[in-house]
Amino acid sequence: MSGLTLPAAIEAVVIGASSGGVEALRRLLPALPAGLAASVFVVLHLPRGRGSLLAEIFGRVCALPVREVLDKDPVLPGTVYVAPPNYHLLLDSGPQLALSMDEPVEYSRPSITVLFESAAALYGPRLLAVILTGAGADGAEGLAAVQRAGGCCVVQLPADASVPQMPASALQRTSADFVLTLEDIMSLFRQLPRSSA
Amino acid sequence: MKGEGDDGAVGDIELNLLVEAIYHTYHYDFRGYARASLRRRLKAALHHFGCATLSQLQSRVLHEAAVFGELLEYLTVQVSEMFRDPGYFLALREKVVPLLRTYPSLKIWVAGCSTGEEAYSMAILLREEGLLERSLIYATDINPNALRKAEAGIYDAAKVPEYTENHRRSGGRSSLSDYYSAAYGRAILDKSLRRNIVFSDHSLATDSVFAEVQLVSCRNVLIYFDRALQSRALDLFHEALCRKGFLGIGLRESLRFSSHADAFVEVAREDRIYQKVDRA
Ligand SMILES: C[S@@+](CC[C@H](N)C(=O)[O-])C[C@H]1O[C@@H](n2cnc3c(N)ncnc32)[C@H](O)[C@@H]1O
Repeated sequence: MSGLTLPAAIEAVVIGASSGGVEALRRLLPALPAGLAASVFVVLHLPRGRGSLLAEIFGRVCALPVREVLDKDPVLPGTVYVAPPNYHLLLDSGPQLALSMDEPVEYSRPSITVLFESAAALYGPRLLAVILTGAGADGAEGLAAVQRAGGCCVVQLPADASVPQMPASALQRTSADFVLTLEDIMSLFRQLPRSSA
Repeated sequence: MKGEGDDGAVGDIELNLLVEAIYHTYHYDFRGYARASLRRRLKAALHHFGCATLSQLQSRVLHEAAVFGELLEYLTVQVSEMFRDPGYFLALREKVVPLLRTYPSLKIWVAGCSTGEEAYSMAILLREEGLLERSLIYATDINPNALRKAEAGIYDAAKVPEYTENHRRSGGRSSLSDYYSAAYGRAILDKSLRRNIVFSDHSLATDSVFAEVQLVSCRNVLIYFDRALQSRALDLFHEALCRKGFLGIGLRESLRFSSHADAFVEVAREDRIYQKVDRA
C-alpha cells in the first residue's frame, strides 16, 4: 500500500463495525501505535443482552488503554473508547463523551451514525472515520456527515469484509477517500502520529 | 438528516437562544442539558416542524404554545422498560430490601420515571418482598404525556416476553403475568399496584426536594444532563435521602460530579447502588 498518506493533523479516529467486527477489531486495533496522539472511539453492534467484555478483549491485544465509556468521561489522547451496550455514544465539546438512551438509529443502539455525526461536528477535518464489516446500513449517513465536515473517510473493501453489506452501503452513500483491505487499514493506522515526547 | 448547513458556531448560538427562550417563556429549563444529544433531537424536530433553522423554530415556539407542547416530545426521551437491567433489581432485593424492611413505613422516589415502567417494576418488587403495603412511591417526570401514560399503566403486549424475562432474571418470586391482564395487544397492569404510587410533575433542573425518602432510583436521566446539572440533581437526592438512605443510578452513570460524592458508599458497585453515610 505505497503512496497512501493521511492528512496531517488527525485528532480523533472513529470506527464502526457490526457482524464480524469483533474479529476485525482484534486484528486492527493492535496496529494503533503506543503513544498515539489521537483519541479513538469504537461503536460495535452486539446482540442485545450480552454484557460487555469488549474493553477487556481489545485491551489485551492493544498497545493503548481501552475503556468502556462512562457518561461524561473526558477525552484523553492515546486512549480507545468503546461504546457500552445499549447506549448511543456521542462526542461533546470539551471534548468529553456523552451517552444517550435515545431510540435506536438504523435499528442500532449504539449507532455508528450517531457517533460519526457528533464527531464530525466536533473535529471537522481533523477526524478519520472507518467503516468495517457488518450487516445493515448503519454508519452510511454518519460517514456522509464526516465527509461534509472535511474529515477523512475510510471504508473496508466490501470483498475483504466478512460481511460486506455495511461497507457497501457506506460506499453507495459517499465516495470514501480510501477503500482498503483490513491489512491496508492497519498500515494506515501505523502511520498515525504519536504525541511528541 | 441532510442539509444541516449550520456550521458549529451559528448552531451553538441558536441552540443557546432557543433554550433561553423556552426557559423564560415556559419555565422548562434545558440550559444544562448535554449538547450533543440535544442537538441531535432538535435536528429531528426541525424536520418535523418543517423549519430550516433553530431560529425559525424559536420564533414558532415563542408564538405558538401548542408547538412547545409538541417540541417537548423531542426535547425529552421517552424510552423505558420494565425491570431494565435485571441485575439492578436483583441487587435491590439482595442488598437494599433487607434494610428497607426495618422501616415501619417507606418512601421511595423514582425520578425521571418516563412512562412508568420503572415505577411499576419497583412496585412489583416491593409487593413480592411484602413491602408494598407500607410504601409510597413518588414517581416524577417533566413530560406530561409520559406521566399520563404512566398513570394509565397500559403497555404494548409485544414487549411482555422481554419484560417477563427481565423480571425473572431480577429474582422475581412470582410470575409477571400475575400483574397484568392482556387484551387487544395491550398489557394492562393491575390497578392495585397504583394505589401506592403517586405520579407527579417535578423537574430535577428547577424544583426542590418534596419529601424525605429511604430510596431514590434515578436511572438514565443524568446522562441527559451536563456535569453541573448532574451535580444539582445529585444534591437534591442527597438532601431527600434519610440517614443511610439508598441511591440507584443508571449503569453507565456516576456520582463523580457531585459535591457530595464522598457522602455515598458503594453498596453494589456494578449495579450502581449507593448508600448515604454520615460524615462528620
Ligand atoms: C430515558 S428516560 C429514563 C426512564 C427510566 N428512568 C428508565 O431508566 O427506564 C429519561 C426520562 O427523564 C425525564 N427527564 C428529562 N429531564 C428531566 C428533568 N429535568 N427532571 C425530571 N425528569 C426529567 C424525561 O422526560 C424522560 O422521561
